[in-house]
Amino acid sequence: MPLERSEVKHIASLARIGLTEDEIMMFGDQLSQILEQFEVLNELDTTGVTPTGHAGGLQTVMRDDQAQDSLDHDDVLKNAPRREGEFFRVNSVLEE
Amino acid sequence: MEYETVIGLEVHVQLQTQSKMFCSCRADYQTAAANTRVCPVCLGLPGTLPVINKKAVEFTIMTGLALGCSIPNLTKFDRKNYPYPDLMKGYQISQYDMPLAIDGQLAISADDQDRIVRVERVHLEEDVSKLQHVGEGSDDSHSLVDVNRSGVPLMEVVSHPDLRTPEEARSYLTKLHSIIQYLGVSTANAQDGSFRCDANISLRPIGQKDYGTKAEIKNMNSLRAVFMALSHEQDRQKKVLDSGERVIQETRGWSEYRNVTYSQRSKEEAHDYRYFPEPDLPPLVIEDSWIEEIQNKLPELADDRLTRFTVQYGLPEYDARLLTNSKDMADYYERATGPNDSRGKPDKRFAKNVSNWILGDLSRLLHLEDRQICESPVSPENLAELIDLVDKDIVSVSMAKTVLEEAFESGGSPAQIVQEKGYTQISDTSAVETAVGEAIDANPQAVSDYRGGKETAAKFLVGQVMKNTKGQAKPDLVNKLIIAALEKLK
Repeated sequence: MPLERSEVKHIASLARIGLTEDEIMMFGDQLSQILEQFEVLNELDTTGVTPTGHAGGLQTVMRDDQAQDSLDHDDVLKNAPRREGEFFRVNSVLEE
Repeated sequence: MEYETVIGLEVHVQLQTQSKMFCSCRADYQTAAANTRVCPVCLGLPGTLPVINKKAVEFTIMTGLALGCSIPNLTKFDRKNYPYPDLMKGYQISQYDMPLAIDGQLAISADDQDRIVRVERVHLEEDVSKLQHVGEGSDDSHSLVDVNRSGVPLMEVVSHPDLRTPEEARSYLTKLHSIIQYLGVSTANAQDGSFRCDANISLRPIGQKDYGTKAEIKNMNSLRAVFMALSHEQDRQKKVLDSGERVIQETRGWSEYRNVTYSQRSKEEAHDYRYFPEPDLPPLVIEDSWIEEIQNKLPELADDRLTRFTVQYGLPEYDARLLTNSKDMADYYERATGPNDSRGKPDKRFAKNVSNWILGDLSRLLHLEDRQICESPVSPENLAELIDLVDKDIVSVSMAKTVLEEAFESGGSPAQIVQEKGYTQISDTSAVETAVGEAIDANPQAVSDYRGGKETAAKFLVGQVMKNTKGQAKPDLVNKLIIAALEKLK
């Protein structure tokens, strides 16, 4: 089932990626192929199989509630593309 | 047309842990300078992995048990994707289809009715960064990010759509808030955002089975705001339906300032969370032995304490309910009442007096200054001392009110205030008799009025004695002696 154009655009917008018309065609084809490949899994009968998110059979561990020092304030902001005073600065995200 | 309102509530509670949900940064973000409680895990840097805070899981199970939930042995975390700068990772670790606690209930009473509200689930997730919007509307409009809050353990309690009025919603929240406080799992302060609520509300014609289209209301920062916002939204939807239009499913914000809910549709389009099992966290197994251990540690909750207060202290249910609504107030009450338990059991008259003073004058003084009982300048021990002074006839009730106000002002001990200011009550009969004699001599008009049958003249004379003794004469003694003196003159 090839992906609709609108679906490709929706996925791109969720990933915050702008696509040209050509790219929509190209990625649409590629994503459709990936989905087709995974269709193979639907041939298996999974009745009675418990859904699982992890194949390794591991259980997670927990830690005790003990606090430690955080990073130095300057290190926290070191990789920030833009900073303002002690804050990260980002484009306006005000909604209303 | 007549409609029935259907409300469901989602309550977010910040848990009171030392460290964050998935890393060891301190969770005390409220008092820390911006971006000083931040580590590579908080920043979502490559190569970092989350590790679950055991205390946060314990607090969530505790809350689940207090709400009568079952605790499944297997639970997991999921990744909720959304691109918004309040999350550095681009996703929030939450729980989707296997929460820590399911199928509980909460008993509420509202509109003179007791009802059971089903709790769908209690799950655990992480809080997000705080955004500050700068230069709104100008060319330089931008946002500032403080990551400190991001990763603080956040528990979500979701009710079934069982609530029918804004009053029931308020009662549910009050009850839940009290339970959270009793458990001590959160400061549960609505003002600082450690206890916040979103509401789903819809209307349907009475008798209809299917739910109507709902709106989700956000931005409600107090119990009062929830009540106001739901009342407003209920009216708005009724008007929409009555005019033959349809309610749009959307998120609406509550504006305290304008007293309206307003559409936040832009956020609606972005809702495509693409939940999937969190790859960085394998499933979490909760052993029965641990659940049992937590169950055994559950403290006494408000309902049980209410019953105990009526039995142990002989309080009317009304008093017991008001006192036990807040854990702090109930603790205060017991501290004030407790030490006077000289005969091995509480003196019920004293216990009732303590209740009267707390619910009456002390609450009034606290309310005037917008303070909580845990911030009361009058300690429970000092309140008990004051009540003792009244009991022992050292001060009158009206003087005691003055003493309480002064103790509230200065934080001083009532006994000391009484001594320093000379507030002691004159209960010595001969001293009062002298004052009575003087009042009668000085007011012949009142005396002849009384003899002419005007009984209120006696009250005037009592007032004169009280005034001349600066309120220190014992009022019932003055009254008795005045009447006796007047009768003698008849």
